[in-house]
Amino acid sequence: MAGDMMTFNIKDGFMEAVCRGFRSGLLNTTDYSNICQCDCLDDVKQQLACTDYGDFLSNEHPPIATTTIAEKSTDKLVQEFNWVRSQSTAPLTKFLDYIRYSYMIDNVILVITGTMHDRDPHELLEKCHPLGLFDSLASLCAATKTSELFQLVLVDTPLAPYFSEAVTDADLDELNIEIIRNTLYKAYLEDFYKFCTAMGGATAEVMGDILKFEADRRAINITINSFGTDLTKDDRAKLLPSFGFLYPEGLTRLEQAEDFQGVRDACECYGPYRNIFADVGYSSEKSLEDAFFEFEVAQNRLAFEQQFHYGVFYAFVKLKEQEIRNIVWIAECIQQDQKSRINQYIPIF
Amino acid sequence: GGMNITNSTASDGYLHWNDLLIDISPFAWANIGVSAAIGVSVLGAAWGIFVTGSSLVGAAIKAPRIRSKNLISVIFCEAVAIYGVIMAIILETKAGTPPPQFMVPGLEGVYKLSFSGYGIFAAGLVVGLSNLCCGICVGIVGSSCALSDAQNPALFVKILVVEIFGSALGLFGVIVGIIMTAGCSFQDTR
Repeated sequence: MAGDMMTFNIKDGFMEAVCRGFRSGLLNTTDYSNICQCDCLDDVKQQLACTDYGDFLSNEHPPIATTTIAEKSTDKLVQEFNWVRSQSTAPLTKFLDYIRYSYMIDNVILVITGTMHDRDPHELLEKCHPLGLFDSLASLCAATKTSELFQLVLVDTPLAPYFSEAVTDADLDELNIEIIRNTLYKAYLEDFYKFCTAMGGATAEVMGDILKFEADRRAINITINSFGTDLTKDDRAKLLPSFGFLYPEGLTRLEQAEDFQGVRDACECYGPYRNIFADVGYSSEKSLEDAFFEFEVAQNRLAFEQQFHYGVFYAFVKLKEQEIRNIVWIAECIQQDQKSRINQYIPIF
Repeated sequence: GGMNITNSTASDGYLHWNDLLIDISPFAWANIGVSAAIGVSVLGAAWGIFVTGSSLVGAAIKAPRIRSKNLISVIFCEAVAIYGVIMAIILETKAGTPPPQFMVPGLEGVYKLSFSGYGIFAAGLVVGLSNLCCGICVGIVGSSCALSDAQNPALFVKILVVEIFGSALGLFGVIVGIIMTAGCSFQDTR
């Protein structure tokens, strides 16, 4: 909407500026090259202290483990996110909640799977992603009956509308848990996409592109992961989100695909995906997952080119996550003395 | 049609819009013009300041160095309000208190009064609306300026140039307003 520029700053100007301030704290190429040259994790800690991270590891006793680094970095992201969310007003609050729902879905599935295998509830709760915590998560551990799990516990959560498609009375085994996860995620993605398009203006444009890619990525991953399992083509077709750059023609072709070549052919109709698959085919160093991460980073980077929209918040969260993955990769390479592969992180800026 | 000074149309009712408009006193037109000049200009200036100020405050958290420099954007918006004040004062001195013989004007003063009334009204609108747009424009550009400066200090001066062009818009309104009202006056100039 043309009026966006004039009225956006009334409610969200401060928050957008703060979010852009956080974005400027992301590590750049100099920081990465400094960290790559470290010999041990203590050096990494010192290098990180010079960046926006500051003293986040100062309370840890040496020797530091890579899991600690990952945990503390994620804590920092969660702190920044919660600060932004607590100060936001509607509809930005709703938008930020949508970002949290994907982590909530992951947490719910984690807890259900863990309960199925009789794991300790406290251990499970510690493994949950902090952005996806909600009140009744703990009581999920206590429930033993499976399909009533959904009716009793999850009906009060924000995820309730997504469960109507996922509730079945079938036994919960490994395959069904994955199907439930993907059905939930499909409902969530479509809901998020509808919300963003309803907002109109630059938000719809930026988030539309990002979410379409996310939908396509899920579709491709579901298809590839379903090769060699008992999942029928019809069941698979029900899990694919009904929007995206590949929708509808590419998706119909994906539904028919039988192997990796079939997936590649289905994605030929969209230029950027053709390039991704071209990269993946010839060099064995880069996996499809890495190529997707790169594409995602490029899209999220573009979100910052426009002002007066909500895409910057989403993009910041995703880029920060990628940065945490990068740092952990570099830390692991240093710890395991595999310096040759250390440059395989994905640079952000 | 025509200006009916004895107000006898009040009991007959108006037949055409033209009659109604002509019967509005030129003093009313003039004073509405003065209020538009300052009121709408200040609206534009205030809009610009809040748009740029919210971004400035947020961006200055992580980049405190931008605080002082980016107050220039706020000053440009304030200048818009000042244009409005100046024009309002100029127009008010023209509209002022008319001498007693013009309170109930004779035929020879009617056209001069009408002309002045309409002129001051239009000048007030010109100034008000151009300052409204100018203020909003400078505000939005100022917001982008603060955010860009926080990321890359070299961008500040370049975006300031855009703001300077934007603030020229208000000046256009002032110039045209002054030219329009050059011949307007409620004083007796015979």
